[in-house]
Amino acid sequence: MLERFLLWVDDRLGTAHFVRHALRKAFPDHWSFMLGEINLYAFIVLVATGTFLAMFFDPNAAKLTYHGPYALLAGTRVSHAYASALALSFEVNGGLLVRQIHHWSALIFLAGIVAHMGRIFFTGAFRKPREINWIVGLALFGLAMLAGFTGYSLPDDLLSGIGLRIADSVVLAVPVVGTWLSFLLIGGTFPTERIIPRLFVAHVYLLPSLIAAFIALHLIVVWRQKHAQFPGPDRTEHNVVGSPLFPRYAAKSLALLAAVVGVACALGALVQINPIWLWGPYEPWNAVNPAQPDWYVGWLEGGLRLGPPWALHFLGHTVGSPFWPTVLLPFVLFAVLLVWPWIDGAIRRDRDAHQLLDLPRNVPWRTALGVALFLFMFGLTLAASGDVQARYAHLPITAITTFYRFFCLFGPPVGFGVTYVIASELRATGGVQQATRIRLRRNAEGGFDEELLR
Amino acid sequence: MKERLVGGALMLAIVGSALFIAAYVSGGARIYEGLALALTAGALSAAAAGWALWLLPDERVADRIVTYPSRAAERRAQRGEFRTGVRAISRSRAVVRLLYAALGACAAALVVPFRSLGPAPGDALFHTRWRKGARLARGDGRAVRVDDLEIDSALTVFPADALGDPQSQAMLLRVPERLAPATRGYMVYSKLCTHAGCPVALYRAAAKELMCPCHQSVFNVLDNGAVVAGPADHALPRLPIEIAQDGTLIATSDFPQPVGPSFWERG
Repeated sequence: MLERFLLWVDDRLGTAHFVRHALRKAFPDHWSFMLGEINLYAFIVLVATGTFLAMFFDPNAAKLTYHGPYALLAGTRVSHAYASALALSFEVNGGLLVRQIHHWSALIFLAGIVAHMGRIFFTGAFRKPREINWIVGLALFGLAMLAGFTGYSLPDDLLSGIGLRIADSVVLAVPVVGTWLSFLLIGGTFPTERIIPRLFVAHVYLLPSLIAAFIALHLIVVWRQKHAQFPGPDRTEHNVVGSPLFPRYAAKSLALLAAVVGVACALGALVQINPIWLWGPYEPWNAVNPAQPDWYVGWLEGGLRLGPPWALHFLGHTVGSPFWPTVLLPFVLFAVLLVWPWIDGAIRRDRDAHQLLDLPRNVPWRTALGVALFLFMFGLTLAASGDVQARYAHLPITAITTFYRFFCLFGPPVGFGVTYVIASELRATGGVQQATRIRLRRNAEGGFDEELLR
Repeated sequence: MKERLVGGALMLAIVGSALFIAAYVSGGARIYEGLALALTAGALSAAAAGWALWLLPDERVADRIVTYPSRAAERRAQRGEFRTGVRAISRSRAVVRLLYAALGACAAALVVPFRSLGPAPGDALFHTRWRKGARLARGDGRAVRVDDLEIDSALTVFPADALGDPQSQAMLLRVPERLAPATRGYMVYSKLCTHAGCPVALYRAAAKELMCPCHQSVFNVLDNGAVVAGPADHALPRLPIEIAQDGTLIATSDFPQPVGPSFWERG
């Protein structure tokens, strides 16, 4: 059947040459190469579940009196958006499950992206010729964060409204154009009835389309360039060694797809996430404590808590304190990451193309730098839940904040030093000494091949 | 044996699918639906993984990287074609410059409609609905009278003619009378945090401090809302009030400073 179909296509498009090679395309077997696939599959889950949710969600900020099955809110004035989010949670069969799977998949998507970026960074996979995909990946990271934020801001519950209020304050802290930008984005003084419909357009149309387009570009580039690979027997700067796509790698990848779906479903079934009925509808004068955003926004939220209380005043203008952690820091971070392949190349005085990855220990300064950045971001992210930690540790919140300020200032340099020393030592000794290992592989003829493992 | 395991996993996936349909039809308990789906997907995953690891040949293939960069002759030819085209286009310099200008004008024209997205800020961020004589009212519209609040308690208030106005939301506090004798211990602060705009909802009566639940900025209510701790960069604006003859509380003007977070034009 499928065979006949391939011939049918070839009659019309002449694809036999491409398909023949595609079926035998080499995919390196290292587990870390599957991190990117997790993101692809999480995105598929997101699109599927998100489409279902969009059938029921009403992006309308106008108010109505709630008379749904959730008795504790009976008679409360809520927006159509909030009421429809409650209705799809309580009145649509499978609605809450799909909502929770959608939210969990978003967390998995972002976690996978960060892990994948870490693999790329620490192994130097961004080096020539892969700068294009580094930039495309970085764009995907930014778009995914925006998609996540616009998504959890949609239900118009108390937490999402507070998050939007903070986001508007961040926009107001942008120098020169901030006020205008805020008024154009939300159509007036916060809050306005335009916010939810605009978020909806961004979340269900603009951002997913962009993400899909960038994913396509990402895959086309990686297909054309072929994978990089860790050094090993038979592996050179001019080839890539691995499993053939068909049948073995395809089966493995399918297993991963099903695993991502399974984990998302299990989390959606068992682990409650964002119970919007507990927070209640957004009213601009209400607040809850403790309150945290989704984990991937934690570094910005933590930055807002730890940031210095400095405002700039000059010539009758003001730049407020949110500028430092939520305007300047993300700008510098993304700008540096964007040009990182060239900075890295300049430091290594290397303009050659590479197919062989760096072992992290072999480039101690880069690995140390990555660890330092990770610690900094980790400190900011943990600080975003400082109020919860204060509650459980019975400490004043100010002590927690002071701790994380020190952590973010001194943790990264210490982490840099320690990593640098360890990596240099490992490089000098050639890594942890291991006995020679041989793996037997079953081959297509039914016999066995021996492979020398590093 | 291994084939049986894979087959068993596939059968489990069929069972999981049936369970999901059953859970859906019988009313849709989230946990059962989700677990059935998870079982289905998990079983499929196990089957595919087992199939890949046990049943399919573990072959090595090596692809040579030959597709890039192109051969030198190809690159030269590309450069030649491109240059020929550019030369043909730029024979008339003036028209090329006009083309750039036209494209720039086009882009500018396409940007202009973005202006429709919102009103001009104007002085919207400089004013609230408080003005001289505005009565302090609770969210439900009831006016606040001078004996309504216990000492060391707090209440969210709005101007009586702008209930629920987000920019005008304010915290009415009552401190011991000797600390604010002119208003019998009453004082009013903007409820919009000057850091990131959250409602400054926590009144710590013992310390006489207002605290923002979002980023923990702390303001001293006995020192005109000065920042005591946290990331806020300026004091919480204080609303001047007086006690009217009928015993209600009224504002004597708008806030003397803009409320809410810093913004470029704030000065």
